[in-house]
Amino acid sequence: MTQSQSVIRSGGTALMDDRESELAMLEDVAGQALQHARTCGADSAEVSVSSGHAREATVRLGEIDVVEDARDRGVSITIYRDRASGSASTADLSRGALNEAVERAVAIARHTQADPAGGLADPERMASNIQDFDLWHPSDVEMTDLIDRAREIESAGLAFDPKVDNSEGASVSVDVAVGVYANTHGFVGSSSRTRYGQSCVLVARDESGMQRDYDWDDRIAFDRLAGVEDTGRRAAERAVRRLGARSVGAEKVPVLFSPEVSCGLIQHLVGAASGGSLYRRASFLLDQQGKDVFPDWVDIVEEPHRAGCPRSSSFDAEGVATSSSPLIREGRLDRYVLGSYSARKLGMDTTGNAGGVRNLIFRPGSRSFGELLADLQRGLVVTEVMGQGVNLVTGDYSRGASGFWVENGELAFPVEEITIAGNLREMFLGLKAAGSDIETRRNVQVPSLLIDRMTIAGQ
Amino acid sequence: MLDIATRSLLEPAGLGQGDLETVLNRLVGGAVDLGDLYFQNRQSEGWVLEDGIVKSGNFSIDRGVGVRAMAGTGTGFAYADSIDMPALLQAAGNARSIARSGKSGSAAVVRPVEAPALYAADNPIQAADSATKVDLLRTIDAYARSLDPRVTQVTVSLSCEHESILVVASDGTLAGDVRPLIRLDVRVIAEQGDRRESGNAGGGGRYALSILTARESWQGFAEEAVRQALVNLEAVDAPAGFMKVVLGPGWPGVLLHEAIGHGLEGDFHRKGISAFAGRMGERVATEHCTVVDDGTLSERRGSLTIDDEGTPSARNVLIEDGRLTGLMQDKLNARAMGVKPTGNGRRESFAHMPLPRMTNTYMMPGEHAPEEIIASVDDGVYAVNFNGGQVDITSGKFVFVASEAYRILDGKLGPAIKGATLIGNGPDVLTRVAMVGNDLELDSGVGVCGKEGQGVPVGVGQPTLRIDGLTVGGTQ
Repeated sequence: MTQSQSVIRSGGTALMDDRESELAMLEDVAGQALQHARTCGADSAEVSVSSGHAREATVRLGEIDVVEDARDRGVSITIYRDRASGSASTADLSRGALNEAVERAVAIARHTQADPAGGLADPERMASNIQDFDLWHPSDVEMTDLIDRAREIESAGLAFDPKVDNSEGASVSVDVAVGVYANTHGFVGSSSRTRYGQSCVLVARDESGMQRDYDWDDRIAFDRLAGVEDTGRRAAERAVRRLGARSVGAEKVPVLFSPEVSCGLIQHLVGAASGGSLYRRASFLLDQQGKDVFPDWVDIVEEPHRAGCPRSSSFDAEGVATSSSPLIREGRLDRYVLGSYSARKLGMDTTGNAGGVRNLIFRPGSRSFGELLADLQRGLVVTEVMGQGVNLVTGDYSRGASGFWVENGELAFPVEEITIAGNLREMFLGLKAAGSDIETRRNVQVPSLLIDRMTIAGQ
Repeated sequence: MLDIATRSLLEPAGLGQGDLETVLNRLVGGAVDLGDLYFQNRQSEGWVLEDGIVKSGNFSIDRGVGVRAMAGTGTGFAYADSIDMPALLQAAGNARSIARSGKSGSAAVVRPVEAPALYAADNPIQAADSATKVDLLRTIDAYARSLDPRVTQVTVSLSCEHESILVVASDGTLAGDVRPLIRLDVRVIAEQGDRRESGNAGGGGRYALSILTARESWQGFAEEAVRQALVNLEAVDAPAGFMKVVLGPGWPGVLLHEAIGHGLEGDFHRKGISAFAGRMGERVATEHCTVVDDGTLSERRGSLTIDDEGTPSARNVLIEDGRLTGLMQDKLNARAMGVKPTGNGRRESFAHMPLPRMTNTYMMPGEHAPEEIIASVDDGVYAVNFNGGQVDITSGKFVFVASEAYRILDGKLGPAIKGATLIGNGPDVLTRVAMVGNDLELDSGVGVCGKEGQGVPVGVGQPTLRIDGLTVGGTQ
């Protein structure tokens, strides 16, 4: 069953074309919630309100697969009373629903227990200078534009190689979101951003079987998206180059993580350095602050004030001012990643990381991916990992992987159905080199990373 | 169930059956040959104990309606997080934009779907008062800490969910369901010298809170979490290589979910991108293997009286005596493939589109005693607990991650080994099943399946299995 020449009627104006009034409405909701919390006996309270509107079109084999229009609003509130807390959330921003949510939170706080580490962040830490990081780039792109672009991306990919004979589709989306965080210290902070995405998933086939791979891009402005040809072609190239993949036997070899997967390694570092893992004693980085975690040439810095980076913000999820600061300095763990709660639990100060890190950047090396391959000589390049085999308590790491076998410093053949295993602490200390090919589209930006030795296993 | 759902979802908004028919008529016609509305009201409550105190509690309400217009295999989808006529009409207009502007059609007259209820409609949030729940968490904490002095951290969480859904579709479907879902989890950290390990256990389902809060339930979870952490404190490095693997009963059935289940979901077959596509009727497993997806089990976490498209759930045989016999379908993919929906159309919420999804997926028991299976292995691994898994449905490669495992040497259990990833190929892993145990168990009710960014509760199960060749991703 197919359908042809569908025409989309909706759309026409930019999503949320009156941002100011939407933000004013959210601020009003936040104010009402805080006021009602006080009326209900809360000592202090904090509230987050958000509103978003997204459109996405997916085209598969030239036909429209899905067109989606999504509007979301939501509010979540936490109240504190006698050092005990209660939280509630709802998607209904009407006064009645808001009051009910507040009352639910207050009722819960009657039963939770006093927590000396609980409460709002300290008032003197609230951000006072809230900057604009150039994240709002509305456009009047309509659903028909999204569909046309998805068609172009997919057809560029399908045309790339005759072995690409099937598709899971190409998608193009536009998404706008605004939000307000406020608390009873009097802090009110708002944020807004636009986001445009495109992706393509293609399937290649030969006598060895089928392989699927994808490419994507994600930008704050529509005109900054990668070219349609690029996204389609890269998805096709990536699927084709996996054809004929095979397993390899067990041995210990150097492993080069490509930028698609090296980011994951640094996210594990962040997970283990996060306050929640530390105060629960569930981290392999316990008591490691100030100690060598990487070789001395490694620097990793958080830069929350970069213009044009979607996660940039002057304040964190509890209103605390953010600032640029190293996480790893010359290989040493310079600090942990803390919000107020975990900081109090650990007897430390918040690092402005409630809600996570913002623009964490691994300082790239000077050598290209090809030069790192030459350095590696014989071993494995990993381009995809599978499964949840990362234990942050111990650092033990065991994942499914696919990628390429390397002989004489060159890609020899594609590899799949193997595992790679080691321990993150040893993998980090055993880092041999970082490439110049840093991945800039993500919140955690990391280049290719070469690890001296891991155990691989296969058939 | 339909009456309760109607009362909770439509009456507050002053909507009647006539209004729904008006919206459906607006939705279908021209290229749009099927439309549906999915109303949902979900309340959830959660309590968490950590460091010996119940430090947080949360209550949330999600309420809204999803509107879908299907034109062949194309879908227009929109949703609204308020339930009223203007929101419905706007969402219907957006969803209908899938089709060229055309005349409105007329939907079939709706009639109620009949299906026997698989669980009671009672709201578990109201089944006990907050003070009782908080006391329970503290009791569990004290009990877990009393089990061994090496236990240094205990986290206990209790969550209760109650949702009403109502589906009305232009094919005449009118169905409602009221679904309870409860879950209790215990996680511990144990320390000895400079080693630290975690253990966790939990369970739940669509049953009365009083069963989960009974002493024998929570004591079992606490004991199991502590036991696992202590076992892992002694664990040695896992082997690396291709070897025989014996999987314990119950939760290790995550193997079936990843290796077989996802590859038999109808959307991947319609698109021809599953490694199992075009293999219906072929042998994909040894003759010992019969695998079913069964949404009709009473009160299980993965069970559904009706699915999220109003189709009654069913017991679908996926593999019978080693041959591929069935797929899991939702309406869109079933229509495109010319088959009937199988009761597997599921969605995370009104804000997500239905997809073919699993319910409770398990393998039928065989004839061997588990001890006999272990004794038959000279050199291999016995894995009894897992974190979860993942699959690439196109290449067929899947992983699942052991969190408790032992070496088998000369038919005897050896030392505990550290957690490791197991990797294999879905289309041939079951052709290596050499022995099937007589000890079928279903998991305790903790599974969440993710697909296209949507999470839904599922169950898995299996008897003890011997697989003659899987890659074990250790370091030795």
